[in-house]
Amino acid sequence: MTEIKAHPVDGLLRTDRIPHIWCPGCGVGTSVNCFTRAIEKVGMDLDKLHVVSGIGCTGRVAGYINVDSFHTTHGRALAFATGLSLSRPDSKVVVYSGDGDLTAIGGNHLIHAARRNVDMTVICVNNYTYGMTGGQVTPTTPDKALASTAPFGNYEYTFNVPHLAVSSGATYVARWTVFHVRQLTRAMTKALRHKGFSFIEVLSPCPTLYMRRNKLGAAVNLMEYFKENAVVQDGADTATVGLESGETIIGEFVNVRKPTLKECYEERMSEALGDEFVPYEGDK
Amino acid sequence: MSSKNDSTTETSPKGTVVLNEERCKGCTYCVRFCPTGALEMTDRLNPKGYRLPTLAHPEKCNGCDLCGMYCPDFAIYGKRLKKKQQEEE
Amino acid sequence: MGKSKIVDTGIHFIDGNMACAEGAIAAGCRFVSGYPITPSTEVVEHIAKRFPKIGGMFIQMEDELAASICFQGAVWSGVKGMTVTSGPGFSLMMEHVGLAAMLETPCVFINVQRAGPSTGLPTAPAQQDIMQARWGSHGDYEIIALSPSSPQECFDYMVTCFNLSEKYRCPVFFMLDETVGHMHGKVNIPEADQIDVRPRINTQRPPGQYNPYEVYEGSVPEMVKVGMGHRIHLTGLTHDEKGYPAMNADAQQKLVTRLCSKVLDNVDDISIIQSDDVEESDVVVISYGITSRIVEHAAELARAQGAKVGTTRLVTIWPFNDKAVAEVASKTKNIIVAEMNLGQIVNEVRRVTGPTFPIHFVGNAGGRTIDPQIIVEKILEVSR
Repeated sequence: MTEIKAHPVDGLLRTDRIPHIWCPGCGVGTSVNCFTRAIEKVGMDLDKLHVVSGIGCTGRVAGYINVDSFHTTHGRALAFATGLSLSRPDSKVVVYSGDGDLTAIGGNHLIHAARRNVDMTVICVNNYTYGMTGGQVTPTTPDKALASTAPFGNYEYTFNVPHLAVSSGATYVARWTVFHVRQLTRAMTKALRHKGFSFIEVLSPCPTLYMRRNKLGAAVNLMEYFKENAVVQDGADTATVGLESGETIIGEFVNVRKPTLKECYEERMSEALGDEFVPYEGDK
Repeated sequence: MSSKNDSTTETSPKGTVVLNEERCKGCTYCVRFCPTGALEMTDRLNPKGYRLPTLAHPEKCNGCDLCGMYCPDFAIYGKRLKKKQQEEE
Repeated sequence: MGKSKIVDTGIHFIDGNMACAEGAIAAGCRFVSGYPITPSTEVVEHIAKRFPKIGGMFIQMEDELAASICFQGAVWSGVKGMTVTSGPGFSLMMEHVGLAAMLETPCVFINVQRAGPSTGLPTAPAQQDIMQARWGSHGDYEIIALSPSSPQECFDYMVTCFNLSEKYRCPVFFMLDETVGHMHGKVNIPEADQIDVRPRINTQRPPGQYNPYEVYEGSVPEMVKVGMGHRIHLTGLTHDEKGYPAMNADAQQKLVTRLCSKVLDNVDDISIIQSDDVEESDVVVISYGITSRIVEHAAELARAQGAKVGTTRLVTIWPFNDKAVAEVASKTKNIIVAEMNLGQIVNEVRRVTGPTFPIHFVGNAGGRTIDPQIIVEKILEVSR
């Protein structure tokens, strides 16, 4: 029996650009699949959802989601999104980018966007490498792992990304893998509904440039690894979730409500200026 | 519904899967993570040379769409069949 | 509404930096992201005081990389925005000059120039970033740059900068120097309805009948903002009319050629050049910014000693007005270019006049304004 039928999430994709550029088994696609389902679940007004990406494989996500979207510069998506979010308090701004983009070149912007509790969601797909440029070492590359710029193995300490986000002030922080599609979708749903800076690290296979070089087999092998080894520890102290321990601790680590940057601004100005204060309402 | 998408629907009593062969990159996620083991990889290639999965055991498919959630390429999805539809099949 | 006036109409005695802030407010700017740097900081300090009372938003970002893109996010939400910097900060912002050029984001950068390279003389003036404004980001693109010479001009031409950025959708630079930025003077701020402000004009085309980079009329595409239902995608990658990445040389040729021609083909509309006593002169001094005020004084002193000297002032530095400069050359025998650097615009003038026309140069390495007496001597030497 032959039938012409679109994928259930096609409505949220720029289908005129599919098939996408990601390699076979690349986890970015699965994360986007979960993201589209989270958008549907939340029932968002698509005119009020804006996706901003930096540069890299995950940086291409903005180009496939069918909402107003921006593919900006390397590491700076967070700063662009800060301006957009402040100007559109009724919208949800999502920064969707990779580990290199967000924790290396964008590291300063990450800690400050989290510190300010800017009302935005950050999806950080961590595939342990720079994929787009050919598999170079990142701040998240595991110890001794090979990379094109670490040909004898990585010897630098590795970022504990959730801990970085929590320490900086993020108010929703979770880590899942692309194996955990249902949990990841649920976390994305919560992050989208969260008021403030929400951050999800998504562990994901890069079969072409990370796994092959490290002889880790096909993408599906890392998925199997996540299936067998990841331990769910909701509420875990993020100081203990660093991947260098060899354990893959996943779950929802932090979920608190704290005034956002905009709310703090308005509170301070109202207090200081009284009637003289005129709140910023973007182009309204 | 894009007319250029050649899709094959394979049926089973409770559910079925739909595959957009053009989009598939043969990663095998759907086959490996199908909770009922209904799917299998074939030797059949799509025009880009990727190996395609198939619903080898239609009777096992319950249309849960976990394949559809795992698929990084938006190529496959599962759907539950209504009772009447099941009888017809 | 609060009690604060948005446009602070009246006669003020303020410095150039503050006049810039007031000019931006009058032009409709409501979002500024900045990072502190001498000698430009007074601009954002004033904005930080004024904005909460007029419904604007100022944010001090973590660095200039962030400051130069944060406001661009706001611009795509529909507001007018700018950033402000000096020297080293200007270098860091170059990444997002390129992004703004590529995305065709209407935006304004103020650079209160100080002496470089590197940290240089943070509190001393220079005009050394003129070529950086033109060429600082990688790739081919065109920008607009204006240079004020007094606090009043800081206000007036600030508004012009915003209007040009809305019209041509490219980065517009307001190139002050430390002297103009910190110079106090009389600034007359007109009534709001007396100020010519070009509003943001978004496309009227409905979703499905609009492409963000299709040119429907003239050479500039129609602007849009998020939330209008168009589901726009904007990328710093080479893109087609739809805004989608187009990874080929033909798309690159088409896009980048248009990014340049939309500015270069409209030099007459964009350019502001002021010339005095050029006809039948022996020499004309070309200058811009604070140097043009020094040149004015020097020219008077030289005339008192019998020199037939004219002056040409480039209010608009970029795009370079070849035609206007060629016309000046046709009416005089010599040209002196005076600028607070070791020779930047002088090469543009030479390019226009050709190698045989007598071009002379007066400049320094920044750190102090040019002594008018040096210019007088050069005028007398050349016109002798």
